Amino acid sequence: MSTKLTNLKLKIWRQAGPDDAGRFETYEIPEISDEASFLEMLDILNERLIEQGDEAIVFDHDCREGICGTCSLMINGQAHGPQRASATCQLHMRTFNSGDEIVIEPWRARAFPIIKDLMVDRAAFDRIVESGGFISAPTGGAPDANLTPIPKPVADAAMDAAACIGCGACVAACPNGAASLFTSAKLSHLNRLPQGQAERFRRTEAMVDTMDDYFGSCTNHGECQAACPKEISIDMIALMNSDYRKAKFKNRKNLSRI
Amino acid sequence: MSINLDSKIPEGPLADKWDNFKADEKLVNPSNKRKFKVIVVGTGLAGASAAATLAELGYQVEAFTFHDSPRRAHSIAAQGGINAAKNYRGDGDSIHRLFYDTVKGGDFRSREANVHRLAQVSVDIIDQMVAQGVPFAREYGGLLDNRSFGGAQVSRTFYARGQTGQQLLLGAYQQMARQIGLGNIKLWNRMELVDVVTVDGRCAGIVTRDLMTGEVSSHAAHATVLATGGYGNVFFLSTNAMTCNVTAAWRAHRKGALFANPCYTQIHPTCIPQSDDFQSKLTLMSESLRNDGRVWVPARAGDDRAPDQIPEAERDYYLERLYPSFGNLAPRDISSRAAKRAVDNGQGVGPLRNGVYLDFSDAVSRLGKDTVEERYGNLFEMYERITGEDPYSVPMRIYPASHYTMGGLWVDYELMTSIPGLYAAGEANFSDHGANRLGASALMQGLADGYFVLPYTISNYLAPLLNQPVPGTDHEAFKVAENAARDRFRQYLSIGGTRSPDYFHRELGKIIWDYCGMERSQQGLEKAISEIPALYDEFCKDLRVTGGGDSLNQTLEKAGRVDDFFQLGMLMCRDALDREESCGGHFRTEHQTDDGEALRDDDNFAHVSAWEWTGDPSNPNLHKEHLEYEVAKLQTRSYK
Ligand SMILES: Cc1cc2nc3c(=O)[nH]c(=O)nc-3n(C[C@H](O)[C@H](O)[C@H](O)COP(=O)(O)OP(=O)(O)OC[C@H]3O[C@@H](n4cnc5c(N)ncnc54)[C@H](O)[C@@H]3O)c2cc1C
Ligand code: FES
Repeated sequence: MSTKLTNLKLKIWRQAGPDDAGRFETYEIPEISDEASFLEMLDILNERLIEQGDEAIVFDHDCREGICGTCSLMINGQAHGPQRASATCQLHMRTFNSGDEIVIEPWRARAFPIIKDLMVDRAAFDRIVESGGFISAPTGGAPDANLTPIPKPVADAAMDAAACIGCGACVAACPNGAASLFTSAKLSHLNRLPQGQAERFRRTEAMVDTMDDYFGSCTNHGECQAACPKEISIDMIALMNSDYRKAKFKNRKNLSRI
Repeated sequence: MSINLDSKIPEGPLADKWDNFKADEKLVNPSNKRKFKVIVVGTGLAGASAAATLAELGYQVEAFTFHDSPRRAHSIAAQGGINAAKNYRGDGDSIHRLFYDTVKGGDFRSREANVHRLAQVSVDIIDQMVAQGVPFAREYGGLLDNRSFGGAQVSRTFYARGQTGQQLLLGAYQQMARQIGLGNIKLWNRMELVDVVTVDGRCAGIVTRDLMTGEVSSHAAHATVLATGGYGNVFFLSTNAMTCNVTAAWRAHRKGALFANPCYTQIHPTCIPQSDDFQSKLTLMSESLRNDGRVWVPARAGDDRAPDQIPEAERDYYLERLYPSFGNLAPRDISSRAAKRAVDNGQGVGPLRNGVYLDFSDAVSRLGKDTVEERYGNLFEMYERITGEDPYSVPMRIYPASHYTMGGLWVDYELMTSIPGLYAAGEANFSDHGANRLGASALMQGLADGYFVLPYTISNYLAPLLNQPVPGTDHEAFKVAENAARDRFRQYLSIGGTRSPDYFHRELGKIIWDYCGMERSQQGLEKAISEIPALYDEFCKDLRVTGGGDSLNQTLEKAGRVDDFFQLGMLMCRDALDREESCGGHFRTEHQTDDGEALRDDDNFAHVSAWEWTGDPSNPNLHKEHLEYEVAKLQTRSYK
């Protein structure tokens, strides 16, 4: 049955735009049901702010089911808050206690500039995918879907990797702001499948090089895996590194053939 | 305005129509394709697949989304799967059967030729998605797995765990990303369409608002595709993502595109009931749960004992009782209405008495907890996270919620709206699902439209325009539309009332849900038709939007979307009032059989209601497209 939490104090990052210095503002939540989701609490606060003439707090969200990867937020210093294996939108107030002070900040990473308040720009992820995160298969002309059997463990492993929602928690949690977990998840999805073999090494080199243009480098802290709402494993990074080494070698050999 | 409701269905027997179209259509030669610019608005399944394919063919494509990335579109949230008539199980499926099931499921209110084409191209979708690396579920032998979905008698649903929409959208997004990388698509993200521009009766392009800067600008093209999704959020509470809205379709409607069957909305039976007034969004629990869960309510109204204190004899397993042959798997519209009746009758369960039980205790004793966990573990976990209750020991509580909209922009066989040069694809059009959509068919339709239909039909329109000048963004019509959009957003900011856009959205949603939701009556609809304009008037006078117009302002974005929902809401109720029959998701209490089932009226209502904007939202003009059935036999759906 629902109970109420009382006297929450929220310290929320407000920043008018990319060039504003930004600061924390404190908001009181006198009472909230423990059934409310964390983002519903922000909705209620925003409605209050608007009705009293203040500007609403900007935050990113959409599906509210943990699948679109739009929501973000560092909550008390943790990407997506204290609940493991879930996104901010899946967090409910019953995880907190009356009287708690909750600090809410945007993702902080060099590659994710702040747009306003709690919203950041994650376009660098799209650049990585555009550089090679696909299998070139133009529409039409695909052979029958059952032509190439794919062993179930391979398909399952590809799916484990493909589950990434592109939220950026891995980058936000990483002390170096690296995007190795994101990039390696996409590579492990595509590089494991028979359809992905033709472009495997070209893809790996292109994606890793693009990643390096925007993001910091990975020093195996493992914070990314702990923050990932889909529990994507850092084993993927090992696979990426090994493919990258092979790719550098093979692609150089290919170059010498031209 | 003269309206041409020609559906342009090709000649020939049903099964040959699509081939006949392709044999006769006009083509654009490969080297001329780059002379044409095509705008695609929306980058969900329908838009991303269309943009990628058109770019591969050689057209200059500009794609627009208000999301930060195409990967965020609402399509990402689809769980269950995608249908295709592959007949990989050898269980009697065929193109004809998928066609027939879809027409029947739609309660004989869809266009046969479109549905048949959908069933035909469904098989190509699976091939295409597998080639792109979509990790569909497989069997140990390595071949693709299928399941039966939504009460279908064959197993034709392909799936990727409970994340089919995600995997399909990522597939289409990646294909699109490749074209962006190659420079063949220009992507405009965080850009919202705020108007459609016509010149001499043709679509000349669009006007957008940059969500980051508030800048309003124009984009001209030879053809424009709207793939902007459905309008289920008109109910405020729905399973749709928070930003789903009707703006693009509505703005096109106001510029002359007819809006078809707005009252056909789908209410999904298995969602988590609302827990409080502050709730912003409802969560769908996959329909597959009904394979093993049993739906019941206490037999006595007002019984507030805990579920385990209510003995078998005092429970009403109403679906099993009313529909012995389908039982808990009765179709969506039927199960939803039955739940509503139980709750209206005072038999509802949970703190707010607004749900029914979906009980797994029999399944746990029959199959063992491990098997139940293997089948539904992730769903149970999701449920527990939201409600704080453990469904292995306490029955789940579920209630119907708005989920999908069958109505949408009227399109002909070529997916062109009534404005030449303007197309609509995916959930944004009305084309294939009639009055009710079958599970796992929306993903199929979105990808069919984008991959395999539009790329063919669009050349038929473009070919004769080769080397013809088209109006540029300096044309007067663009300037007029830009100024109107600027004024509109300035107006929201200047009202300076007392209530947020969400307040009005919530109030509007309540009216629509109460009177134009699962059950509609003349009296209720008339009430809604008088209440909505009054509330809209209040919106226009008492809205408060804080912040400014020249930087990111989510409150301002929302105000524009709520404005359009108001106008759509009026049309929905009008359409529901006009349709004096019950069919699919549209249930009129005056039109039911003695035992409470939908009563269709094929003599008077076997038509598409296509509404024309007149400038007055409460006074639209109705045009009818009569539906001819050459192959399907109109029968009463029976799930007893
Ligand atoms: C919870 C849930 C589960 C579902 N499960 C299934 C399932 O298992 N199987 C199935 O077949 N179907 C399912 N559906 C239905 C299906 O997901 C949708 O019908 C389908 O994905 C719609 O795709 P679309 O491409 O038409 O639109 P969307 O995916 O909604 O995309 C709309 C796009 O348009 C853009 N857009 C909208 N308006 C504007 C504007 N004004 N300016 C700029 N851009 C704009 C958005 O940014 C977005 O890119 C489910 C739906 C829900 C809600
Ligand atoms: S809002 Fe979609 S993942 Fe959180």
